[in-house]
Amino acid sequence: MPSDPALRVMALESLLIEKGLVDPQALDALIEAYEHRIGPHNGARVVARAWKDPDYKARLLADASAAIAELGFSGLQGEHMMAVENTAAVHNLVVCTLCSCYPYPLLGLPPVWYKSAPYRSRAVIDPRGVLREFALELPAETEVRVWDSTAELRYLVVPRQPAGTEEMTEEQLASLVTRDSMIGVALVRAPPVAGAR
Amino acid sequence: MNGVHDMGGMHGMGPVQPEQDEPVFHHRWEARVFALVRAMGRFGRWNIDAQRHQRELIPAAEQLRMSYYERWLEALSILLVRHGFLSAEELATGDFVAGTDKLTAALPADKVPAYIAAGFPASRRSDRPPRFRPGQRVRARNLNPTGHTRLPRYVRGKAGMVDRVHGVFVFPDTNAHFLGESPQHVYSVRFDAQELWGEATTSQDSVHVDLWEGYLDAT
Repeated sequence: MPSDPALRVMALESLLIEKGLVDPQALDALIEAYEHRIGPHNGARVVARAWKDPDYKARLLADASAAIAELGFSGLQGEHMMAVENTAAVHNLVVCTLCSCYPYPLLGLPPVWYKSAPYRSRAVIDPRGVLREFALELPAETEVRVWDSTAELRYLVVPRQPAGTEEMTEEQLASLVTRDSMIGVALVRAPPVAGAR
Repeated sequence: MNGVHDMGGMHGMGPVQPEQDEPVFHHRWEARVFALVRAMGRFGRWNIDAQRHQRELIPAAEQLRMSYYERWLEALSILLVRHGFLSAEELATGDFVAGTDKLTAALPADKVPAYIAAGFPASRRSDRPPRFRPGQRVRARNLNPTGHTRLPRYVRGKAGMVDRVHGVFVFPDTNAHFLGESPQHVYSVRFDAQELWGEATTSQDSVHVDLWEGYLDAT
């Protein structure tokens, strides 16, 4: 087969189709699912629900798999979930040093930087330095907890709710929650006040 | 195996470079590789641990040079031959060889949502009580197996505290080599940053690592 990956994949796919091993429409459906249906908007809904509903948050922190299943975001690479909460005292950061494990049903597929050697190598030994590369400087007194996904547990960071957003609806709150904040490399920011200059 | 995939704590890899508005896939072939891996995984001829190990076995220099999906493609190609889906000749030429098996149990498009929703749970039922309890001090064993393991080098020999008992899960060290699932308890173990990296590190920081019972000793 050719060495160029694009040509090699095309040849491999054709061969597997010819052998009846893959249905090209199933490949299209798999790609469509992760390009359009499954992504950080799912995780954002879990976080917004936790912010709005203290009972839900308690369930999420006690048994994340069950609480996330309530919203229907279970499945491949999210079979076993843990939720970890950022507070005034503790900041959580998620990595997979051995490969690139990531909670697909909640965040979609991982970005390149999450899978990269710089992040995987340094997140555990120099988390504060890594966060600085994301323009996030944590106070010296904050406790940084890094979660290395070495087993089949997948981690969701529940970021802190920004001040001044208490009156927002769950949907409005979900729109504030970013992928990076649920990995732990960013904070959630309050929206700019309407009309403010 | 003590491979380059086990990156925790290494220096010299450069700065993290986040990309603004990153697409899910950067090239169409990446999307096709991702889907092929998922579609072929459903036959159950290999498991996620074997798949990870196959990627770890890519020679170190190649592994560092390749992109993520190039590693997926390389490992998939090898697994397809090793587990009888393709002959070595078919992989080399890209041409179907008459006389080799044709199978017709492909994952159908209408089953994709159910396939994604089901996933592959790795927990197993067991009556065996956990050996360690939350709050207990433990030490990661200094194991250096040449096969697959999920015990990262940077915690070997280090002392930590059990934070949580996750339950019983398939053991990758045997499962990756098709030697059985050997389910064991998995623990979230908290290691102080100073235990791992020395006194220059911020004292209150920590790393939590999920470790199988066989990786741990009581202290």
